[in-house]
Amino acid sequence: FGSNHCQYVQERGTTMSMKQLEYGALASRANQIKEELRKGVRRHYKEVIDVSWGDSHRAGVKPLTFVRQVLAACVYPPLINSNNLPLDVRQRAQKQLGTCAGGSVGKGYASGVSEIIHSISEFIKRRDGGIPSQPENIYISAGSQWSIGNILHVLVNSEASPKTGVLIPVPCHITTAVSITGLGAVTVPYYLSEEQAWALQVEELQRALESAKGVCNPVALYVINPGNPTGYVQSRKSVQEVIRFASEKGLFLLVDEVYQDSVYGENSEFVSYKRALSEMGPPFSGTVELASFHSVSKGFLGECGLRSGYVELVNLDPAVMNYIQTLFSKDSSSPVLGQIALDLMTDPPKPGDPSYPLYNQVGTLELYLLRTSQHYVNLPGLSCPPIGGGFYAFVRLHLTPKSIQKSKELGLQPDTFYCMKLLEEGGVLTTPGCEYGQKEGTYHIRYNTQIEYYLSKEEKLKIDYYMQMLTLVLGS
Amino acid sequence: MSATRMQMLSSRSVRLLSRGRNEMLAGRSGAQRPGGDPRTRSLTCPPLSSSSSPGRALSSLSATRRGLPKEKMSENGIMSRAKVLTIDTMNPTVKKVEYAVRGPIVQRAVELERELSEGMKKPFAEVIRANIGDAHAMGQQPITFFRQVLALCSYPELLSDSTFPEDTKSRACRILQSCGGNSMGSYSASQGIDSVRQDVASYIVRRDGGVPCDPNNIYLTTGASDGIMTMLKLLVCGEGTTRTGVMIPIPQYPLYSAALAELGAVQINYFLNEEKCWSLDITELQRAVNEARQHCNPRALCIINPGNPTGQVQSRQCIEDVIRFAAKERLFLMADEVYQDNVYAEGCQFHSFKKVLFEMEPEYAETVELASFHSTSKCYMGECGFRGGYMEIINMDDEVKDQLTKLLSVRLCPPVPGQALMDLVVNPPQPGEPSYDTFIKERTATLSALAEKAKLTEQVLNTVQGISCNPVQGAMYSFPRITIPEKAIKEATEKGQQPDMFYCMKMLEETGICLVPGSGFGQKDGTYHFRMTILPPTDKLKILLNKVKEFHQRFIQQYS
Repeated sequence: FGSNHCQYVQERGTTMSMKQLEYGALASRANQIKEELRKGVRRHYKEVIDVSWGDSHRAGVKPLTFVRQVLAACVYPPLINSNNLPLDVRQRAQKQLGTCAGGSVGKGYASGVSEIIHSISEFIKRRDGGIPSQPENIYISAGSQWSIGNILHVLVNSEASPKTGVLIPVPCHITTAVSITGLGAVTVPYYLSEEQAWALQVEELQRALESAKGVCNPVALYVINPGNPTGYVQSRKSVQEVIRFASEKGLFLLVDEVYQDSVYGENSEFVSYKRALSEMGPPFSGTVELASFHSVSKGFLGECGLRSGYVELVNLDPAVMNYIQTLFSKDSSSPVLGQIALDLMTDPPKPGDPSYPLYNQVGTLELYLLRTSQHYVNLPGLSCPPIGGGFYAFVRLHLTPKSIQKSKELGLQPDTFYCMKLLEEGGVLTTPGCEYGQKEGTYHIRYNTQIEYYLSKEEKLKIDYYMQMLTLVLGS
Repeated sequence: MSATRMQMLSSRSVRLLSRGRNEMLAGRSGAQRPGGDPRTRSLTCPPLSSSSSPGRALSSLSATRRGLPKEKMSENGIMSRAKVLTIDTMNPTVKKVEYAVRGPIVQRAVELERELSEGMKKPFAEVIRANIGDAHAMGQQPITFFRQVLALCSYPELLSDSTFPEDTKSRACRILQSCGGNSMGSYSASQGIDSVRQDVASYIVRRDGGVPCDPNNIYLTTGASDGIMTMLKLLVCGEGTTRTGVMIPIPQYPLYSAALAELGAVQINYFLNEEKCWSLDITELQRAVNEARQHCNPRALCIINPGNPTGQVQSRQCIEDVIRFAAKERLFLMADEVYQDNVYAEGCQFHSFKKVLFEMEPEYAETVELASFHSTSKCYMGECGFRGGYMEIINMDDEVKDQLTKLLSVRLCPPVPGQALMDLVVNPPQPGEPSYDTFIKERTATLSALAEKAKLTEQVLNTVQGISCNPVQGAMYSFPRITIPEKAIKEATEKGQQPDMFYCMKMLEETGICLVPGSGFGQKDGTYHFRMTILPPTDKLKILLNKVKEFHQRFIQQYS
């Protein structure tokens, strides 16, 4: 494989045989086209617009100045004495270095410095309206997927018979599913309801659990809120229902909340599972076991390359916590720059600090995301329910039997065929819905809506034009 | 559900949706295959548990679901529930994981530091952490060039700052150009940034005197330990007597024993020869593998060169012998070479397994499977916090490589700043560039200080009666043997402690020096050791060694 193939594979995970991964073909084709364009081959477009990643900086979002200034000063401490950086940046870098042994970010520390863990627990407390968060229940790792892997590792008994089962949503990004099966457990899919803007329905959880009978032993329920790729944001009531269900059925809750800062839908509000659980009171608040994951990769930081995230554990057996502690410390440490970013995310500049005004400009992006979410509903051949949050639009393609037939003749999934056409003719790289799982007979594409903020009006119109034209052409 | 999705989800869960229950059960038992018979390659596809672990007996499916909480009535009459995750229901292999380098001694050290800061009186003014090979925590200075480039990559607006040398700027631009959106905050490919892997390959070619290296065989990792863990995951399979066995040196770096416990693999110990400066004996490897074949399937041989904690540097001849042995016994070789620049003793030289392998006859060079690990954490860099590292994989089956990429993709990608640092390490400033002189000066200073401290440690420790220390030929630690009087052994046993744990704990309480007892690394029965880093600054190291000396004399006196 070329390395570029892997580049795309890495975000959506890989199948048992990567050679069969349809997205791989798309990604390699995109790279070929980029190469051809560089060599001067003429097409309708001058460059390939890549909206297939959940990666803010790749999509053109600029890193937050305050974060990068502090990181630079921590990496190269002479900058702390430089007048080129604002005072609060220099003070912050000084403080961060003070928490590192030897005053160097080159020093590794296991499962997080206590000061950073403290910032995270304060952040959670503020977020959840004062509900306390215990620092000893928080572990830092090299990205949320790393934490999910560790918690799954404790939950999944690879030698158990029947095998351990984990309920996962469909559609769902693939990485966690790969972790689950890689540990020798079984994924039990539950379908989100597209008709109701991708809502999570307890009846469907019930059906999924029933379907697992005699097959595996479901011990955990994996929820992504706000959703990836669906953008669905659960209401407080929905979160409460899921908690009740988990309590009744004896399931451990694994909650991926990495898009918690990207909620912009009308009447949408992020309610953390931790908060809902706590406010439900006994018996739930003291019993339901919960792991909530967050990271610096999404939200307004978008620092996915730094690899840093945390997990907060609620209601775990203290004896089990000891082993979790060992697992996290065995990983040596998570990257220190990422840990500092986590500290800056959870303890940002305050009003009055020199860096505050710049830091506070993060709202503009969200407004744009909101407009995007309403955009495709009206284009013929496409539909997308209102998006509550997250980075993506998961757009339904209404393809005709004829175009579906044509794709099958080519040996491609219909939505992969669509993505291929969109790439060839419009120069836009998206991901096909088949990568995430979808109901039989439905077809989708996912793309990162952030990038549109940075596209020119002409570019946007061009994308619209091609998306529309394609559904018409493919549908005829 | 679409066909592609079916491949992505566990095949079993998909069958669950599309077929009847009986058919599905039949499908599961049909998937059974015995794991782990060595074939032409010691590592063949598919090795992952999701695809290769045998299905279980059908009868158990009708048995009570294990791991479900027992419902119980709470006092107020509402149904409450027991925990899902308890000591009894959790993954049993996780319980076996221990990690000595951060064990009870370190916990006590943290407590002591807190007590000192709260003003409690102790027989010492500070705790000295000589337990872990963390160079920067011990005051080693980072390399200016590395940090300047990384600062520029973090905040590219600094490119207009005239205080940064030109070559740091051009290097930063080159790195940023290979990052998505020109930002270190973007994901990279899960195998690592292309240009960094190319630079690593060129470095290996230079290091190995022209032996070729294919960038496609280079995988960037989150520190070397991530690479080691990933390779072990690929290797471990089978049940009972076909369960994978992995040979590790004793004494070993506890990452290995912890990883093997976590994966439920069989640990096969081979003892290094303390009398011959911790050298590796082929006859001992043979003994270990022969005994292990009775109860498991040995598939891999781990070598740490230069040694941790033992500090020995392998000769070229010894490496050749190990390669022949691995070929004969069909073992996958894992060469932990993170201390490759830390070689101090005269007459010792670092030889990479890759180089030696490629210079052997084709029957070896073209068949023996090898993974070699390196990182940014040791040597003159000591940048543990960036979690940079790479592995080079030789002669591995192509299908297994696909599985490897899949495993790596679960973590998305290695930290990009660590990748950038790895790039700088393998491609440092060249003569004539503005940063060259400072770079060489800093690197030489660090490495020569380490060489001096290696010698000093050996010399001082060997003046103490009851302590004998092999020459520290390489790496960052001494691993001296200590005599512990019978009376002390008895007292330790009564306390339920290993004698050297008892010794180190006492040393910590009395002197504030934090060491790791030899029992954490493994040692021959009846011998006792401790591991101490040679990293503290020379003047501090001298004081440290004297304190160890005094403590040992006191200890002997007290217990004889």
